[in-house]
Amino acid sequence: MLETNLLWLIPGLPLLGAVLSGLLGKPLQRRFGKKAISAVSVLLPWASFGVAAWCFIQLPEGGSLHDRLWTWIAIGPLEVDLAFAMDPLSAMMALAVSLVGSLIHVYSIGYMADDEGYWRYFSFLNLFMFSMLLLVLGDNLLLMFVGWEGVGLCSYLLIGFWYRDLVNARAGMKAFVVNRIGDFGFLVGLLLLFWSLGGEWMDGAYRVNGGAFSLNFRDLPDLVAAAADKQLWGVPVLTLAGIFLFIGACGKSAQIPLYVWLPDAMAGPTPVSALIHAATMVTAGVYMVARMNFLYVHSPTAMTVVALVGAVTALFAATIGVFQYDIKKVLAYSTVSQLGYMFIGVGVGAFWAGSYHLLTHAFFKACLFLCAGSVIMAMHHEQDMRKMGGLGKTMPITRWTYWYACVAISGFPIASGFFSKDEILFQAYNAGSLMVPGWIIWLLGFVAAGLTAFYMWRSYFMTFTGPAVSVGGHEPQEQRPVITVVLGALAVGAFAMSFIGIPALWLDSPPQLEHFLAPVFSAAEGLERVFAPGAGHGVEWGLMGASIGIALLGLAFAWWLYRGRKSELPARLMAAMPRAHKLVYNKYYVDEIYDTTAVRGFLGLSRLSGWFDSKVIDGLVNLCGAAARGFAWIDGAIDRYAVDGAVNGLAWLVTRAGGKLRRVQTGRLTTYLAGLVAGVLIFVILTRFLLDVYA
Amino acid sequence: MSASWSFADAIFYFIALLTVVCGAYAVASRNIVRAVFSLLGTFLGVAGLYAMLSADFVAVVQIMVYVGGILVLLIFAVMLTSRIEKAGRSNPAARPLAASLGVLCGLASLVLLASLALLAPWKQTAAGDFAPTTAPLGEALLAEALLPFELLSVVLLGVVIGAVIIARRDPEVGG
Amino acid sequence: MIHVGLQHFLVVAALLFCLGLTCVLVRRNAVAILIGIELILNAAGLNLIAFARFGGDLLSGTVFVVFLIVLAAAEAVVGLALIIAVHRRLRDIDLERSDELRG
Repeated sequence: MLETNLLWLIPGLPLLGAVLSGLLGKPLQRRFGKKAISAVSVLLPWASFGVAAWCFIQLPEGGSLHDRLWTWIAIGPLEVDLAFAMDPLSAMMALAVSLVGSLIHVYSIGYMADDEGYWRYFSFLNLFMFSMLLLVLGDNLLLMFVGWEGVGLCSYLLIGFWYRDLVNARAGMKAFVVNRIGDFGFLVGLLLLFWSLGGEWMDGAYRVNGGAFSLNFRDLPDLVAAAADKQLWGVPVLTLAGIFLFIGACGKSAQIPLYVWLPDAMAGPTPVSALIHAATMVTAGVYMVARMNFLYVHSPTAMTVVALVGAVTALFAATIGVFQYDIKKVLAYSTVSQLGYMFIGVGVGAFWAGSYHLLTHAFFKACLFLCAGSVIMAMHHEQDMRKMGGLGKTMPITRWTYWYACVAISGFPIASGFFSKDEILFQAYNAGSLMVPGWIIWLLGFVAAGLTAFYMWRSYFMTFTGPAVSVGGHEPQEQRPVITVVLGALAVGAFAMSFIGIPALWLDSPPQLEHFLAPVFSAAEGLERVFAPGAGHGVEWGLMGASIGIALLGLAFAWWLYRGRKSELPARLMAAMPRAHKLVYNKYYVDEIYDTTAVRGFLGLSRLSGWFDSKVIDGLVNLCGAAARGFAWIDGAIDRYAVDGAVNGLAWLVTRAGGKLRRVQTGRLTTYLAGLVAGVLIFVILTRFLLDVYA
Repeated sequence: MSASWSFADAIFYFIALLTVVCGAYAVASRNIVRAVFSLLGTFLGVAGLYAMLSADFVAVVQIMVYVGGILVLLIFAVMLTSRIEKAGRSNPAARPLAASLGVLCGLASLVLLASLALLAPWKQTAAGDFAPTTAPLGEALLAEALLPFELLSVVLLGVVIGAVIIARRDPEVGG
Repeated sequence: MIHVGLQHFLVVAALLFCLGLTCVLVRRNAVAILIGIELILNAAGLNLIAFARFGGDLLSGTVFVVFLIVLAAAEAVVGLALIIAVHRRLRDIDLERSDELRG
């Protein structure tokens, strides 16, 4: 572990940018134009990337960098520092986040050029970079949680960026509320860990551990290992903590059942979708599970849950993606599906493979989204693929980068997506530590891979091939260099990432990234596998071939149906199975189900209470009222003749007395003061002589 | 030191007499101008008593603020509100009933307080030597008493603003 | 031997307090009431210093009295402002006549 004092700059610089453009942005923009904002907010993330790269170079082999600013919280034996740490995993994440993030900042210069809220946008985007880097580089769970909440906030702010549109504001709110459910799970997991690691219940009292207690990622593995036997209500507490943390990951990383916010989050500006809702923030859940690998290896149950949820989500979201027409929705469901793959990876114990897929996905999915953004701009904010077509001729750079990203995501061995996805699928097949056979997970992922290839190529053919369309009388044009350069850079990145993950099967040495990340994931070495390391080559070759085969099948199918947009087949196929199509096209009605159960449930409950109040309780009250009226009539008769005389007499008395007593309220200051003093004197004398207080 | 009064005791009784007599005149005088001026004696006397209690700084502040500030304010109040030819009866007492009630209250509290002062078993430590308090006071005001000190400045600001608002002419009435 | 001690100062303070109280209760002129209040505040200050001096912690009593004097000044300023406002409204500062709160 090497001490340094540079790490804080990595999240610090974007924070500076956020503060500068957030506080001074409006006058700066008015005075100096948008260039001033770009100068601050685009250069600072690049500087942050530079620092991250410099720290990465200094990273000792198998070790970590550590930068402690000050003690943040000190309660009893617990000490939490405001400190940053960079180990191989967080180095990989920090580099990816700052590089992709900075590229997307550059892209945003072009994309947001005409927007009035330019300064606001860049302030939010910088704030997001800060939160994400804090999440990645934070040295302990609490700091990670701060970043976790921060990215959620920025996501909300940016989804609802064009908040004058009610739809966008609603989408932002939905994302926030759904994320909140997940964050609650994260918090419960955190508290469970805190509770189980910090001490224990003995003889009805909670005793804290004698020694130092910390939540930082260097000490946690030992503390967690020591708590492996602890149980809560008969369940191992680590399993509970793992599952609750995973609920948090489900919210952030859009897994079943909390994935519903991500497709709606496409309401935000497209670079935001690329950065937050594809490349970085949504992978925070995967990162968290990978980071907590030492916890998950203790609990096969929690790992099974992670892997199964990931696999089911991968397949489920892929089927929805097949029938979407909105290009951003296709990419959104594809993101959900790819995140499912990452969870398969970390769930089956192949933490490095999940992290690798996270890395490759950051590049090719950001590329896909930015291409989509380029297309959307060229189409004057039209997102429906049915109205596109033939864009390949006029937008060659966009077309070919999109093409290459499709190659990457559908898993052909000339792009990084192939290596990461294939490693995950092989490791899933190879998993022996789960409570279900590994091949089930593999099968789900395998089918999803075919669907992925199909819907991605479908979107490619629908958008870029076929007869050319015209928008507003002229053909869509290629974008400015500030945009196309970023597309190219991301495509190159998607290609370059291949080299760090070429499997041992092809070379003699294990993949470089696996070797690089091994110190972080040392806990996973003890996991049971079907094949010993280095064995099972035949199966691996076979699975690889099957993957390529199903990807080719998906491509061929998409080619057959959508190539040149001439075929009538898609329409006929849909007409042949109207029900199935309708079900999937409407996303299995999950939003509607949530609406009727959860949302309506609450509303219904309140309406029921209202009905109960107005009918039952009011009825009772009215009954009482009627009874009372009957009594009152009888009473009134007595009253009028017998009581009234007495009452009137009394009233007369009171009036007279009041008339006299009214004089007491002279309105004069001195009278009141005299009353006050007399009262105090009487009180003191009474206490002095009757109660003998001073005796 | 003898059984008779020491010099310090004599000074105390002199100052106490001055204080109380001037205070009594300020209360009893029917002429508000004289009442205010007689208050001068009381304030100076209290300052002297502070000095006898080794509170030198407070004694000086007492003279500066009370004599230099509050007394002048009171004189202003008199000059702004009373006609000088009516000064002789400018400080009327309340009607006899109310006045006697007030005097009764005053006497009762005097009996109470004096008996308390003389009979209560006060826990006393020997008074220390005379020592200047200004320097430690300054340190206290900037250390443990800093918060009330700063709050007080806010209060003073509020008072200044409030006084201006209360005393200024109502623009609608016109003046 | 009669040495001047705590009780002497307390008695003087009690006298001042009662004079002030009587003044506030008996007088009708608003300025006289201010005079009474000043007497009461002086009595309180004298008490504080006396207790501090004979209680061993002179410093805290001194701090208290400094604050008290400042507040007394503030009170006098607001009192003067009120008197002027009342005078402008009633052409008089006889509090027997300012009885708009009468019930």
